Amino acid sequence: MPDRSESPGSVLVGMSGGVDSSTAAALLVEAGYRVVGVMLRLWSLDGAEGDNRCCAPDAVLQARQAAAQLKIPFYVVDAREAFHQIVVCSFIEGLRRGITPNPCYVCNQKFRWDTLLQQAAAMNLDWVATGHYARIRRSPRGGVELLRGVDGHKDQSYMLCGLRREQLERTLFPLGNFYKDEVRQKARSLDLPCAEREESQDLCFLGSQDIRGFIERYAPEVLQPGLILDRQGKMMGKHAGLALYTIGQRKGLGVSSHKPLYVLQKDVASGALIVGHEEDLGQSEFSVAEVNWIRGSAPKEPLAVSVKIRYQAVEVKAEVIPLPDQKAHVRLATRLRDITPGQVAAFYQGENCLGGGIIQV
Amino acid sequence: MLTDNIYLDYAATTPVDRHVLAAMQPYFGEVFGNPSSVHRHGQEAEQALIQARKKVSSILHARPDEIIFTSGGTESDNLALRGTLFALRQRRNRLQHVLISPVEHHAVVSTARHLAEEFGYELEMLPVNEYGQVDAADVAACIRPETALVSVIYANNEIGSVNPIREIGAVCRAKGVLFHTDAVQAAAHFPLNVQQDQVDLLSIGAHKFYGPKGIGALYVRRGVPIFGLMGGGKQESGLRPGTENVPYIVGIAEAFEITQDEIVNCTQKFILLRDRLISGVLENIPRVRLTGHPVERLPNHASFVFEALDGNKLLMLLDMAGFSCSSGSACKTGSPKPSEVLMAIGLSRSWALGSLRVTLGRDSTEEHVERFLEVLPKVVKDARSL
Repeated sequence: MPDRSESPGSVLVGMSGGVDSSTAAALLVEAGYRVVGVMLRLWSLDGAEGDNRCCAPDAVLQARQAAAQLKIPFYVVDAREAFHQIVVCSFIEGLRRGITPNPCYVCNQKFRWDTLLQQAAAMNLDWVATGHYARIRRSPRGGVELLRGVDGHKDQSYMLCGLRREQLERTLFPLGNFYKDEVRQKARSLDLPCAEREESQDLCFLGSQDIRGFIERYAPEVLQPGLILDRQGKMMGKHAGLALYTIGQRKGLGVSSHKPLYVLQKDVASGALIVGHEEDLGQSEFSVAEVNWIRGSAPKEPLAVSVKIRYQAVEVKAEVIPLPDQKAHVRLATRLRDITPGQVAAFYQGENCLGGGIIQV
Repeated sequence: MLTDNIYLDYAATTPVDRHVLAAMQPYFGEVFGNPSSVHRHGQEAEQALIQARKKVSSILHARPDEIIFTSGGTESDNLALRGTLFALRQRRNRLQHVLISPVEHHAVVSTARHLAEEFGYELEMLPVNEYGQVDAADVAACIRPETALVSVIYANNEIGSVNPIREIGAVCRAKGVLFHTDAVQAAAHFPLNVQQDQVDLLSIGAHKFYGPKGIGALYVRRGVPIFGLMGGGKQESGLRPGTENVPYIVGIAEAFEITQDEIVNCTQKFILLRDRLISGVLENIPRVRLTGHPVERLPNHASFVFEALDGNKLLMLLDMAGFSCSSGSACKTGSPKPSEVLMAIGLSRSWALGSLRVTLGRDSTEEHVERFLEVLPKVVKDARSL
């Protein structure tokens, strides 16, 4: 553990040019840390390089300006190759398997934190910080817990639940105790250039292109047209490629029916998109793999938790039954729709995020 | 951000000498006239211009009317290449062939490429040795009847090697071909003599020798066919229209004079520090090479390549460790590409991406060099871990 006896130490802040990471850097400066700003230059779809939401020239400029205002050094680090290999390739591979991958989760877990921590180590800095809305509670004995951000609307613990304990041990989340409005207010009061910047939404590497263009270019084989079938195998229409649909989707199916139809399932083997009515949606259990338990090891007994199956989903009560090989089974207290293979299920007890895993087919 | 880092990047730019600043000062306010004006305000400014032009020309052993003030080295290079080639084309259309070295500054390379791609000139790269130096005999062999212009950098900015300008000048003069040299780096360290060197065009920029940024000059030998690149008034013999930047022109003249006067006193000090730096790096760091010639190089210039290392990351870690240096692939946007100069001297990509340039200046001391040598091994090790 870094020595915190005198100054709070030194910290590398991952900066995106946005209001959150800029304000996070500002708060750390105010708290007395020696702060260094770093922006990771990430891979973007060809032609979208200019407008990758996280590291476009415009974003670099904003981050550079914020850093200059805070009087901290700022560097752009080329991480395109690693990002492409770790995040983008696994995204494409997931699309090929017919699942709906969550590249932001993968990025945090397998790319961003490791890259930032490595960078910090080379710079002899104690900590890594980001502008995520989440909190870390450290016990005197050295344990760490990941807690939800105080602002329930902005809480980003879901995207972070794949972080390992060693990663969190060296991490600071300066915004965890703030509401978004307060952060904007703070940014305004410091006259940071990004105070009014829009939120980033879509996958950063798509830039302003849509997912379809990305798939056409990098995984055209998943755009195989196929049949739309109902549960009984009756043909309802044709689809343009399984990767273009998500579980629970209603709009854009191009099928007319007396009752609204929803995507229930993607049958990768036959290439069929299975649809049904609202009452057919939903499951009461599912399994997860690659489960990460932030405390370091899986619990011995089944655990009562609340589970979140998408970033913006409502949590439901559930029981998690740990299984060997980093797997687990999840029994829901109520039936839940839109459970999507490839997305992340995060487990909570109160404000504590225990970890999570990838939803399986 | 007022850093207390040690500055070891004098080839990138230098601080303005306080005597230079003092010389410029009156021309912002007291003597603010337009040199083209008839009245005495104008005449006073014109006098400053005349004196500055005299100073610069006499240092170069040129005539005052052979000096064209520009916005800097890049503009001087552009004016030299575009201006002469367009003027020659108008006179005799068959002069299409342009010879440059593969170790030119971007201002020359990309201008020459643009002329080849958009205006139909034939661009040929001269061979260089492993130090990035051009041999005059190769120039002689490459010149053809249709060769319009030869441009060879005096001393390279990235690897510091000095070219045999006098010999190349003699070859070009004998063959009747125009010869341009970019002396932007050299001007801070070598006496320049356009008569002895037989150059027809020579570029300099003030901020490399403790003058202000945004001001440079091009020497154009009398009789060299050349067009201006912009339309406007008759300033600078019509080659560089627009009201003259009087305070900055005063600044470049003052800075050039001070620097050239000091060469005799400074060079030995620079060479001692440079060679200590070079041997310290080569002895204490594994998998490193000096780039450029070990002796025939800028006295203040040390440059290296490190195997299996990202030059940008090295610069970043050096900055954090308290030293401002530079590299051949300097890029603040995080997209490293190996420098063309380093590829031209035969380095593989895995070496060329790990370049470092350390350049000394008036304020550099032995202590700076020793402190640098102390931290570098650890910084290189850290950078290799990334």
